[in-house]
Amino acid sequence: MASLGSIAWSSVGKKVITGITGLALFGFVCVHLLGNLTLLIGPNAFNSYAHFLETAAHGWLIYAFEVYIIAVFLFHIVSAVTVAWTDKRKARQAGYKYSRDAGGKSRKSLASRSMIYTGAILLVFIIGHIFLFKFNGGNPHTLDEHGYKDLYKVVDEVFASLGFVIFTVVSMILLGLHLRHGFWSAFQSLGWANDRYLPLLENLARVVAVVIAVGYIILPIYMHLTQPGGH
Amino acid sequence: MSDKGMTIHLKIWRQARGAKTGKFVDYTVQNIQPAMSFLEMLDILNEDLVKKGEEAVEFDSDCREGICGTCGLVIKGTAHGPHAATTTCEVRMRGFKDGETITVEPFRAGPFPVIKDLVVDRTAFDRIQQQGGYVSANVGSAPDGNAVPVSKYYADKAMDVASCIGCGACVAACPNASASLFVSAKISQLSRLPQGGLERGRRALAMVAQMDQEGFGDCSNHGECEAVCPKEISIENIALMRREYMRGALKGD
Ligand code: FES
Repeated sequence: MASLGSIAWSSVGKKVITGITGLALFGFVCVHLLGNLTLLIGPNAFNSYAHFLETAAHGWLIYAFEVYIIAVFLFHIVSAVTVAWTDKRKARQAGYKYSRDAGGKSRKSLASRSMIYTGAILLVFIIGHIFLFKFNGGNPHTLDEHGYKDLYKVVDEVFASLGFVIFTVVSMILLGLHLRHGFWSAFQSLGWANDRYLPLLENLARVVAVVIAVGYIILPIYMHLTQPGGH
Repeated sequence: MSDKGMTIHLKIWRQARGAKTGKFVDYTVQNIQPAMSFLEMLDILNEDLVKKGEEAVEFDSDCREGICGTCGLVIKGTAHGPHAATTTCEVRMRGFKDGETITVEPFRAGPFPVIKDLVVDRTAFDRIQQQGGYVSANVGSAPDGNAVPVSKYYADKAMDVASCIGCGACVAACPNASASLFVSAKISQLSRLPQGGLERGRRALAMVAQMDQEGFGDCSNHGECEAVCPKEISIENIALMRREYMRGALKGD
């Protein structure tokens, strides 16, 4: 009987890990977007939403969630990098001198080819994002008039910079591209696909990619255009 | 095209037996008729080469009618050439233009080492098959035709994948050099039928383990394999292989 480790780290096991963690991250991306849409309602809504997250279950909810999401990220990164980089390079050391995409029924696309690169850029984005928003770039947080951390002000200040607005918009387009292949691919990796569902899943991936990207792009642009002092 | 036929320029990968690498060599063949197969065109090239006292280009073929899986070349950058649902031996010269330059490379993958020129060693597939691509249950002599009930739907599905000829184009076309489509076709064919279903978990675990051990890459769901497969085997079978594998793993087969 095969050991659990050899099953989890087999070519199929790595795909299952990448798929499950990918869907878990997709779930986070959806909830995070819905929560952040409170920015559109106003400072009070956003700050009290953040206050709720930080104080739920005496502050333990957020810690538990952070441990969970970091673990998910690590598994996703390690398994995906092994599939799309390490094992790939090992399996064909002498490459083609001239090759073309097969076209036809192939699902190979800009999105599928660039998964590892869009993923890497998103990782950089996320690290910067956490540093700037969660840790306020290393500065102490101020409080709003309800005594909550004024995270709205932090967001407002970050998106005062056009450069960071552009960086965010580009990163979110790449997130859409990542989901364009990743969403349907996760179901295929989990064995939850057949010729009947595959076209549906691929179309759903297109919709998901656009909805998530547009949803996240609205926020920095809105915050930039509604700066307190101008525009 | 003159009535003398087409002129075709070739860039063919030549690699000496035992050599680590090789190089493209340019050839020109004349008087090629559009109805000729690609391999007949290579036969003509080889006749020319032998007449000139040069070494013929080595390539594999056997049935030359798309049923044995022996042939396999990367023609113009695509495994089995630019047309869908075709083996190399079924490629016709009418698909190319007079005066065109065509590159010809072997199927490339670590587990498919080049033996010479365009011939690669695909015995890795045999070793995967030996790990479970069969039914080991004793069934005695041939049973009565309808003694084992098989639904038409699953019989058709099994037949679709049983058309896999093991040519290796899926590996050749995969950006990761994964053998997932081949292995999944074998697993799918057997697990969908009552006799093969008996050992489905153990089969999936053993065949996947051998595929990994041979050094094939992992699948990224690009689907290039399905697009080049001469038998148009769907990647839905790769999803099925993963279900079978997890089923076997969870059951402890
Ligand atoms: S030679 Fe038999 S399939 Fe091409």
